[in-house]
Amino acid sequence: MKGWMSRFKAVFALTVMALILSGCSGESFLSALQPSGEGASMLLDLMILSIVIMLFVFVIVMIIYVFVIFKFRQKKGQEDFVPKQVEGSRGLETLWTVIPIILLLILAVPTIQYTFALADMSPETTEEGQEKEQIWIDVTGKQYWWHFEYRDLDITTSQEVYIPTDRRVNLSMISDDVIHSFWVPSIQGKMDVNPTGNRNEMYLQASEEGVYWGKCAELCGPSHSLMDFKVVAVSPGEFEQWVEDMQSVTGEEEPESETATAGQQVFADNCMSCHAIGASQYKIGPNLTNFADREKLAGVFDFNEENLKEWISTKGEEMKPGNQMMSAGYDLNEEEIDQVAEYLMTLSPSDVTPESARNGVYEDSDLSGLFPEESSEDGEGESDSEENNSEGGEGSDDSDSDNSDSGSDESGDNNSEDSSNE
Amino acid sequence: MSTTATQKAGFGSVLWDYLTTVDHKKIAILYLIGGMFFFLLGGLQAMLIRIQLIAPDNEFISAQFYNEVLTMHGTTMIFLAAMPLLFALMNAVLPLQIGARDVAFPFVNALGFWLFLFGGLFLNVSWFTGGAPDAGWTAYAPLSIFSEGHGVDYYALGLQISGFGTLMGGINFIVTVVNMRGPGMTYMRMPLFTWTAFIASVLILFAFPALTVGLFLLTFDRLFGANFFNPDMGGNVIIWEHLFWIFGHPEVYILILPAFGVFSEVIPTFSKKRLFGYSSMVFATILIAFLGFMVWAHHMFTVGLGPIANSIFAVATMAIAVPTGIKIFNWLFTLWGGSIRMTSPMVFALGFIPTFTIGGMTGVMLASAAADFQYHDSYFVVAHFHYVIVGGVVLGIFAGLIYWWPKMFGTFLNEKLNHWFFWLFFIGFHLTFFFQHFLGLMGMPRRYWKFLEDQGLDLFNLISTIGAFFMAIGTLVFLYNVVMTQMKGEKVSGDPWDARTLEWGIPSPPPFYNFKQEPLTRGLDPLWIEKMQGNGELQPAEPLGDIHMPNRSFTPFMISLGLFIAAFGVMYQGGMWILAGVGFAITFGSMLYRSLKDDVGYHVHKEELEEKGDGSNG
Amino acid sequence: MAEDVLKSGDLPENPERATLEGRNKFMGFWFFLGGETVLFASLFGTYLALRNSNAGGATGSEIFGLELVFIMTMLLLTSSLTSVYAMYHMKNNDFKKMQLWLGITVLLGLGFLGMEIYEFVHYVHDYEFGYTTSAFSSAFYTLVGFHGGHVAFGLLWIVALMIRNAKRGLNLYNAPKFYIASLYWHFIDVVWVFIFTVVYLMGKVG
Repeated sequence: MKGWMSRFKAVFALTVMALILSGCSGESFLSALQPSGEGASMLLDLMILSIVIMLFVFVIVMIIYVFVIFKFRQKKGQEDFVPKQVEGSRGLETLWTVIPIILLLILAVPTIQYTFALADMSPETTEEGQEKEQIWIDVTGKQYWWHFEYRDLDITTSQEVYIPTDRRVNLSMISDDVIHSFWVPSIQGKMDVNPTGNRNEMYLQASEEGVYWGKCAELCGPSHSLMDFKVVAVSPGEFEQWVEDMQSVTGEEEPESETATAGQQVFADNCMSCHAIGASQYKIGPNLTNFADREKLAGVFDFNEENLKEWISTKGEEMKPGNQMMSAGYDLNEEEIDQVAEYLMTLSPSDVTPESARNGVYEDSDLSGLFPEESSEDGEGESDSEENNSEGGEGSDDSDSDNSDSGSDESGDNNSEDSSNE
Repeated sequence: MSTTATQKAGFGSVLWDYLTTVDHKKIAILYLIGGMFFFLLGGLQAMLIRIQLIAPDNEFISAQFYNEVLTMHGTTMIFLAAMPLLFALMNAVLPLQIGARDVAFPFVNALGFWLFLFGGLFLNVSWFTGGAPDAGWTAYAPLSIFSEGHGVDYYALGLQISGFGTLMGGINFIVTVVNMRGPGMTYMRMPLFTWTAFIASVLILFAFPALTVGLFLLTFDRLFGANFFNPDMGGNVIIWEHLFWIFGHPEVYILILPAFGVFSEVIPTFSKKRLFGYSSMVFATILIAFLGFMVWAHHMFTVGLGPIANSIFAVATMAIAVPTGIKIFNWLFTLWGGSIRMTSPMVFALGFIPTFTIGGMTGVMLASAAADFQYHDSYFVVAHFHYVIVGGVVLGIFAGLIYWWPKMFGTFLNEKLNHWFFWLFFIGFHLTFFFQHFLGLMGMPRRYWKFLEDQGLDLFNLISTIGAFFMAIGTLVFLYNVVMTQMKGEKVSGDPWDARTLEWGIPSPPPFYNFKQEPLTRGLDPLWIEKMQGNGELQPAEPLGDIHMPNRSFTPFMISLGLFIAAFGVMYQGGMWILAGVGFAITFGSMLYRSLKDDVGYHVHKEELEEKGDGSNG
Repeated sequence: MAEDVLKSGDLPENPERATLEGRNKFMGFWFFLGGETVLFASLFGTYLALRNSNAGGATGSEIFGLELVFIMTMLLLTSSLTSVYAMYHMKNNDFKKMQLWLGITVLLGLGFLGMEIYEFVHYVHDYEFGYTTSAFSSAFYTLVGFHGGHVAFGLLWIVALMIRNAKRGLNLYNAPKFYIASLYWHFIDVVWVFIFTVVYLMGKVG
């Protein structure tokens, strides 16, 4: 058995080495081991530090362990040998109390630093030390999809959230039903999305363009594993373009084809009580403003008309068990489904799509276009704005007035939206 | 009454004997049977989970059923398998190790078992009445509040009943250790298994009431319209998380400490050496238990408690690594210079050391609050706690079972099959869980019914499932071994392992009164001392005299049965309220009966003991 | 032999701890009360977290009447004192006096319980403050109700012991039972002091 054991050990060690060398680190759009953002990079550093410290301990334990097992096995003819009954050793015991304490201190200091750094939601600063304007997104988690409202920008999306690269985007998160957890492994660690108590805040910062997969990490019902979303990180210039395009959508645009126009009517009659097109706080169902630009249908399925039709006709019963759309009251015939599907496939207000995140084209911008009044004043962003979670309560006095403007615009939009629903 | 008598008796009287027993050794066997039954059930559920995850986008079982299975797997393994199996070991050994003829509360001890069993059965009735609980073993509100059907009600009420049982078992062991130690058995001469069982019992006492309250609140919310966790009525869902983890973290130590205790018995025995650093082992145990109460929020780093709370809990959690490290090194240095025999309990103990060290390493990594934002609720966590609970607790339970099997049953398990069991289980375990660390970091959250194609998660999930089959086969080998050796029934001596502590100084299995004359303990490892310095037999501390024993009782069974019935009434309400009336009447009637009846036990007389004289002391 | 403990009269100084069974009960019960402390601490924690979550229903300062609660407090505190007298007489082996003082304890406890029931009925009827009104009301009734349930259980327990042993007198078998029942009663009393402070005083003033 001795030989068996050592062989096993050797195989074990080789496997571990092979795994690390072959880069078993997952896919770059999903893996925490291939960070593409500030948060995930920091966290990977911290992980590596802790792994190194722990491997050091493990190696020492294993050296003693292997030595002891081979050296002190009872040999034939030694059955009557009585070893010395050692009570202990103060020196040794002190040694293996003190060394771990030191190792843990080495780990504890950066842990605390990083914990505070990741919770720091104060504005980024430019090289000159001026504070940059912050982008805030209000995130709502629902069974089993995600809703994103860009504060002050008058944009709403669901399932796929666009962010500019090289810039922190702050999230303020709440749940409409059970606890969810927002996780984009390759960009940032996760944060719970609670229905009561605190609105949790975190930031996303992507250092490379790309479409990153997000997951719900807290058990939230049957389709917990299907509550995926995407973070589409595009270059700042493209982001600015996207914002502009999205802002122009009203939901009233006439589609080109006849079928789609008919579909628009079917949509207005059957779907609009839950789904909005254009900026809206309405979130019974996902916002569909840029539906046709989606990477995936319902977060996980291949995006094509066939799947879409299946979803509409089955209400996703099989595709996403337990989803809330199953209780929707509509009843469409096949023709109507075709029409709606065709209409939905026209909802592509912007040329900036997940493809733009992949094509390698980088358009720079300081995003000042997003904050029209901000260019005149800088560095005045009050730090208490982050603690104030009430909607639209951040920024300096100037932007406050701007907020109230856009706020009223938004509510105006909602009213028109609502009336058109009814 | 005595073992020989029962062996001749028919099935009916054996059954009645066990239904009414208050003998801790028989209660141990009951716990063993109950715990093994639920262990196999939980294992079956684990296999369903792993088969579902064998390939991407698999449709083997439905999403809802998957959630039920994962919930019941966790709940069953923690509450209905690991804890009862540890209680089996404690009941079998603890009184013997301290030279006691009985536990402090034999009646309460029996009650604890029946409550556990009926609670566990109640929980599993849910499979047949419309669906098991589906909100995870942590049952986070408000998912557990919104969960349809009665699944979560079964969870709340079933765990409540079995939790009462655990609490009573805990108090029983505390008082047994404090009051019932034999002559010369000072605290610092107690075997380490007794110490860890004692400390774990203290943890049970102070941790379980938090769960009791949490479960009550959950029950009241679901069944009586209370609003503790209802966001619309001012409720706060985070309260559940706090209550659950104030219980839940000490629970981890309730499980692992007795396993540490088992290894601290097995390693010295098969190294032929005294435990290295005994007093620091005791100190480390107490320190782990103490710290275990101040770290619950490390399960909640992502809840949004803020960086200050997260940092405090992170540092407190890391601190636990220090006493745990002390233990690991003490075991290694017990082996150092010893004469190591590779018996099957020892192989389990040696398999435990590297496995648990990995579990401890990932534990420290998880304690790093910021990094936990990546680990939390991913397969990394799944891997970590299986390394600790399977690699620590389950290996400990099997080491202990095999080690004390001769003492409990008077027969030997087949050594060869035990080794087969170990290697299949051990290799299977590492195949299953080692790669899950990577799955977590590669972006796979836990409790996922499906993982998708093209996300790089296929290979490791497949390996993991293959490993699970190895573990299953290993367990079947163990079962086969148990059946075969019990059929053969070859008798063993009182001390087949050449061991060191008191329980090995009496026959296997021990007589129902344990010690004919209470033995004198002259130091740590009293039997070893007698072997080295005396004639190898325990020295009596008292002349032969009458022995006082408790009467058997059917009341514990009835009290538990009453609660089992009542829980259905409370849950289904309406016309079923009558069941609650009947059930509570049975329970409180039995309690009253117990309270009003004079039950002073009986004496085994000196003359009978002399007749039985069986050579050794006992 | 085994029945020796059932003989009454001529008891040692601390009859509740004279036998091993008695000592076990005594110690076990202390540990049990340790567990009960965690139970109530959890309930207090829950209550404190939800005391302002009245969700539009009545608040504590609107409904609590300190006069009634003060009388309840006095009743319960006095009953604790009378149970001390009972234990004093137990140690003096004076069974009749012990029964008398236990009887007074039970009466005071009944008074307390009656007033608590009146209080709850009053809240429900006059303030529409039911169990399901708000998170606050659920927390309030659960915390105070758990205590009330303990009082009721304690009363039943003591009464059962008194009736059960009325003819048998005091002996080494039942002395520990009386003693731990009185320990339980003290514990209930201590919990009430915290409820009075945390729920009523802080609710009214804070």
